[in-house]
Amino acid sequence: MIKLEGLTKVFKGHNIPAVKDLNLEVNEGDVCVLVGPSGCGKTTTMKMINRLYEPTGGKIYIRDEDVLQMDPIKLRLDIGYVIQEIGLFPHMTIYENIATVPNEKQWPKDQVKEKVDNVMSLVGLDPDVFKNRYPSALSGGQRQRVGVARAMVSDPSIMLMDEPFGAVDPITRARLQNEFLRIQERMDKTIVFVTHDIDEAIKMSDTIAVMKEGQLVQHATPSDLLSAPADEFVSNLVGRNRSIKRLHLIRISEILEDVDRAPAIKDDTKEEEVKKRLDESDLRTVIVVDRDNKLKGVVGVNDLKRKTGEVAGDYYQEVSDTVTDDATLNDALSVMLEIGEGYVAVVNEDEKYQGTITLGDLLNVVREES
Amino acid sequence: MLRTLWVWIGIPLIMIGIASAIVIYSVNNPPDTIVARMLTYERIFRVIREHMGLLLVSMIGATIVGVAGGIMLSRPSLYRIGRVMETLVNIGQTVPSLAVLALFYTILGLGFRVAVFALFLYSILPILRNTFAGIDGVEHSIIEAARGMGMRPLRVLTKIELPIAFPIIVAGLRTAIVINVGAATLATFIGGGGLGDLIVTGLSVHRDMIIVNGAVIAAITAILLDYLIGKAEERVVRWS
Ligand SMILES: Nc1ncnc2c1ncn2[C@@H]1O[C@H](COP(=O)(O)OP(=O)(O)O)[C@@H](O)[C@H]1O
Ligand SMILES: [Mg+2]
Repeated sequence: MIKLEGLTKVFKGHNIPAVKDLNLEVNEGDVCVLVGPSGCGKTTTMKMINRLYEPTGGKIYIRDEDVLQMDPIKLRLDIGYVIQEIGLFPHMTIYENIATVPNEKQWPKDQVKEKVDNVMSLVGLDPDVFKNRYPSALSGGQRQRVGVARAMVSDPSIMLMDEPFGAVDPITRARLQNEFLRIQERMDKTIVFVTHDIDEAIKMSDTIAVMKEGQLVQHATPSDLLSAPADEFVSNLVGRNRSIKRLHLIRISEILEDVDRAPAIKDDTKEEEVKKRLDESDLRTVIVVDRDNKLKGVVGVNDLKRKTGEVAGDYYQEVSDTVTDDATLNDALSVMLEIGEGYVAVVNEDEKYQGTITLGDLLNVVREES
Repeated sequence: MLRTLWVWIGIPLIMIGIASAIVIYSVNNPPDTIVARMLTYERIFRVIREHMGLLLVSMIGATIVGVAGGIMLSRPSLYRIGRVMETLVNIGQTVPSLAVLALFYTILGLGFRVAVFALFLYSILPILRNTFAGIDGVEHSIIEAARGMGMRPLRVLTKIELPIAFPIIVAGLRTAIVINVGAATLATFIGGGGLGDLIVTGLSVHRDMIIVNGAVIAAITAILLDYLIGKAEERVVRWS
């Protein structure tokens, strides 16, 4: 789908090339992650693909068409682009920001409106709430959502994403990553994704291209990269705790069915029964759900002593955080550390309770994989 | 609604009212025959008309040339010249307006047109500088995002650069107007007319009342125009 051949860029006045003789092929529907330390030429490579920078050597092909012979305006209108600095237009509303490419393509107004509303919902921004706001009124995470929405609104088959989730805290980043993977599963776009974070690379990618000082060091699947790093640079990059890194590669839903744990109790369960269940539980807590299987909270032994009541609904405390079943095991680990518990409740997209993952489960996986 | 009326009609009327009150009082209560002869409604309206003429013609010219020049200098091919111009303009701004008028008098002679031309040149400076600085100050990543999404250079200019620079361009316009109203009182020295007539006449016959009338009208004109443009900008720019 995208093919780079001997791609080279020497900036005016520099004698060392920013990108040197880069050969890379990205298959249709794949996410290829460019990873490497700051200044290794990731952004430069990306900007050559949509010709913000003209290469000083080499070739770029998209669907076997020579990109350097194409009209750059037409080329860019058909490639979704998320710039590293987000680059939202401060004088335009969120709606106007996202409608940029459709407006440049002169789509009819009602079609633009429909697409913008759709894509806003897709990235988790309620159109009614955010449409008429200006970027200055948004949090970092919301701005990055807008940046992604703006890039994908016209359904480009290729997207270039330069550290799209760079400027947010780790928890928000994990959430954005999971949402994006969920979207990508359906859309199947061909994506070149830049990051300097190897964990993000492992999690997001079908293939990883490791760069160093403008050159490609290794291009492999994340699993191969972890098991067979090409040289010392790559093995330093992936780090020593490679088996823990594998937690990025496994989704919670993949191990949830193998976990054998007592089911949650309904909120109208009688106190006697709650006590019995607590005694049986290896966690000394039980999860409480409502009639629709929605997560209500958790009851521990101390809750029974401290409070009075008749049914589980009178005792439970809310949980401070949960994970969704499409998150990775590493996300589950982060949340456990964040909330300071040895377990975390798993819910699906509709907040319905799916099960519980414990530190022990994660240890078992690490042990099996290494 | 009530607030809008107050902002757009209430405050301006108060300012005009203050000026009118001073004018009406002075014309109807002249302390002596010299003031009575020199300070008439007819004369006051004439100098106001002349002053507005000087202001309007020079400002329209200066805005067109200043904005167009600022845009041109901000283009990549002229950018270096733009930076040099910015410095020159800042130096040019320190030349006193009286000196500018004197210079033009020696080159072009007397009259309304010479005064307009001098005011025009003098007012270009802040507009040109602010247009250039406003566009130059647009974050590079914003422009690159626009280009990366397939906007043509002219679209980037009209849809991104100019709107973002707009508040700074307007600030330049306001500076220019305030300077222009003040400098235009000097036009009388080269036969350009305007409110300076009253001030110079008042000075020559030693009658403070005539001077005060010229000065107050000029000051209130400057304050009012600056105020109205500022309010208009607030209405247009909702994003900052
Ligand atoms: N527009 C530019 N002009 C000159 N040098 C640049 C430009 N952009 C990037 N570089 C240089 O090219 C190298 C690679 O930069 P970049 O591609 O931004 O790295 P990365 O995105 O991997 O952090 C750096 O040494 C940087 O200083
Ligand atoms: Mg970069």
